[in-house]
Amino acid sequence: MTRLIQAAFAAAVLFATPALAHNGVVHLGPIDISLPFARATLPNAPVGGGFLTIENTGAEADRLISASSPAAAEVQLHEMAMDGEVMRMRQLEDGIEIPAGGTVTLEPGGLHIMFMGLREPFVEGEEVPVTLTFEQAGSVEIKLPVLAVAADAAPAHDGHQGH
Amino acid sequence: MTATRGIEMALHTIRTWLWISVIALAVTVGAAALLLRQQGTTAVASTSTGPSTFGKGSYELVDHRGDAMDETMFIGQPSVLFFGFTHCPEVCPTTMAEMASWFETLGPEAQDLRAYFVTVDPERDTPEIVGEYASWAGEQMTGVTGTPEEIAKIAKAWGVYYEKVPLEGDDYTMDHTASVYLIDDKGEFQGTVAYREDKDTALGKLRNLLAKS
Repeated sequence: MTRLIQAAFAAAVLFATPALAHNGVVHLGPIDISLPFARATLPNAPVGGGFLTIENTGAEADRLISASSPAAAEVQLHEMAMDGEVMRMRQLEDGIEIPAGGTVTLEPGGLHIMFMGLREPFVEGEEVPVTLTFEQAGSVEIKLPVLAVAADAAPAHDGHQGH
Repeated sequence: MTATRGIEMALHTIRTWLWISVIALAVTVGAAALLLRQQGTTAVASTSTGPSTFGKGSYELVDHRGDAMDETMFIGQPSVLFFGFTHCPEVCPTTMAEMASWFETLGPEAQDLRAYFVTVDPERDTPEIVGEYASWAGEQMTGVTGTPEEIAKIAKAWGVYYEKVPLEGDDYTMDHTASVYLIDDKGEFQGTVAYREDKDTALGKLRNLLAKS
């Protein structure tokens, strides 16, 4: 009975806690998502990359298992790696583990959200919505500001200056 | 009398031996020279086959204007060459953006420089598709595609690795060599710019190439 109440309470908290954005950080339970961005796409490029930083402040590991977006027919989690002069790309079918107390950065040259079958090109200055689903923490929609074609990182949020 | 004769005979012997030595030396020197010359020829031949066969091949492609392209595309002006594909999420757009910034920085310095984007995904990259994609990086840029067989030939000529990697559903992506090749106006390979190489280093290499051509 106590367990049931606890579970119900936990569920209620999960549902009642919206993803609060503060200083650009989106909170989903113990998961903090920050520095999101996408890169503008070239003409006819049907794919685009999304990047962000995920911090797990909880005591248990979680896993980013999927992503979806109205901006693309298909969204996958990928890892890119340079093997000498050769670029290799792999789909991460088991998702990306976010260790307890750990931070995982999706960034150019490594892990990324791969948008495939873009409905529209990603245009610098616009935003791309994406829903991330975690095994434990659940789902959250975030918006990726579209930066330049070869942008390396989102500008660090320093309060709300410059907005 | 006998003494004089004795000296004459000794001198004769010495002379004979001297001549033998001279002949032996001449033969040795001659043989050595011949050997060295042969080795020299072999050495020259092997160094000239190195750079001259790399990048050489025979292929028939098509550029984004619909014009036929073949191995002579690298003759007459210095070129940069990049192999990629439009379904490429990161390496290709990044490299295209970097090339665009090189051309922008070099400005009129680069007016003789040509740039080629050759797709390694000819099944999806038609001339129209590679054209708009490549032109984004600047007027110098020509998009090149062709049949899978002909693309395989140019890739082989430049030692470019590429391979389809299946994704969920019927989709696929490509692994591929991500370096930019620098080629002089005679079509000779002059080096590469690595993926994400420092811009100043890349510009230095391009200026060298332009100065040589």
